[in-house]
Amino acid sequence: MTREELAKRILDLLTEIAPDVEAASVIPGIDFRDQFDFDSMDTLNFAIALHRELGVEVPEADYAQLASLDKCLAYLEARVK
Amino acid sequence: MPGEFRLPALGADMDEGTIVEWHVGPGSRVKRGDVVAVVETDKGAIDVEIFEDGVVREIVVQPGTRVPVGTVLALLETEGSPPAAATAAAGRGEGRTPSPAPVGEDAGGVREVSLAPPPASLRARVSPAARKRARELGVDAESLRGSGPAGAVTLEDVEAAGKVESGGMRAAIAAAMSRSKREIPHYYLSLAVDVTAVTDWLAAHNASVPVTRRLLFAALLVKALALTCRQTPGFSGFHRDGRFEESAAVHVGVAVALRGGGLVAPAITDTADKPLEVLMEEFRALVARARAGRLRASELAAPTIILTSLGEGSVDAVFPIIQPPQVAIVGAGAIGARPWVVDGAVVPRQVLTLSLGADHRVTDGRLGAQFLARLAQRLVDPGSL
Repeated sequence: MTREELAKRILDLLTEIAPDVEAASVIPGIDFRDQFDFDSMDTLNFAIALHRELGVEVPEADYAQLASLDKCLAYLEARVK
Repeated sequence: MPGEFRLPALGADMDEGTIVEWHVGPGSRVKRGDVVAVVETDKGAIDVEIFEDGVVREIVVQPGTRVPVGTVLALLETEGSPPAAATAAAGRGEGRTPSPAPVGEDAGGVREVSLAPPPASLRARVSPAARKRARELGVDAESLRGSGPAGAVTLEDVEAAGKVESGGMRAAIAAAMSRSKREIPHYYLSLAVDVTAVTDWLAAHNASVPVTRRLLFAALLVKALALTCRQTPGFSGFHRDGRFEESAAVHVGVAVALRGGGLVAPAITDTADKPLEVLMEEFRALVARARAGRLRASELAAPTIILTSLGEGSVDAVFPIIQPPQVAIVGAGAIGARPWVVDGAVVPRQVLTLSLGADHRVTDGRLGAQFLARLAQRLVDPGSL
């Protein structure tokens, strides 16, 4: 999967679990929490979606590495085939 | 018996709603608990359930119509009703003779009909982008007069309406909170609790189960609160007509902030009786529906006490305002490392400040303090939840 494809998959999952978030408006370098009040429930749902769709099980201790789109890409690129 | 299906009250701050869509029509067989209609309110779109078994005889209020709480929305034949044929054949209006009052009259309101109530078939004329934005803003897109091709409702129409209607949700919250502060003699208490044992337990639990079975701290708090309500009467129930009635079942409402602005507090029903895992699953589904604007009427009306958890942000403590007719609300601040004295030494511990806003007409600070202390005791013993 290319970086662009991965970014699109991540944004799709993000807007699926947070239907009130617009994919086009997500700024890659800024934490989801600061952009749209992403909370612990959103983070858990995001982790569940990543597991379901990409087969990556993110331990709770690694949640901080999912905080923004850029961080997600860095973390997931190494783990997604 | 002929039955009437009325627009239910959805909490202190809602007194009218707009019918968006019917899931049933004349002749539909309905069971208690079925979602029969979607109603747009200041709190977003709500799925409204029916409370009787029967067969729908007539839809009284058409989509696009804004009506007060208590208005008859549909007529039913319930068990033992006379056959419909006699009255149905008489045509609309006359067929309604069994109901003594005209629609809406006993609700004390006037039945309002919007200037151009759009038929349900016009639903398609809202662009997907506009529909999505409308949901975010809590705007009833179907009721707007579209400026696009063939009268389609565009994104701009929705934005314009949103400017007016977001004032609607704000006004509804302001009205409910004003009423609360005017009628309820609040008292407030807070208690800082060392929750290190709980966060450790939770981290170990979540590391040992698949991602789909992880728990959130808030789920433990909800369960501990429900059990504490059962143990300590005076906090879970409704104050109506000058007296307090303890609710037999504890339904903890969870305050959910909506990203478009505003707040809803739907209930996890029978909270005390549910195992943590079930409770967590329902909590997850509830937040998802709240954010997608798909709550059910029963969920909004049910809470007997509310938990507001601003712990996601950075505040230490919340001084929560009671939602009438409830008599108590519990707040949770952010969990964070704080200096704490253990055996005479200052050590860093994970600390949470719990707070209680309660009603002096029902309880005093002494009982409130006992309530908070019991809540803290339960919370720090997660194995018991």
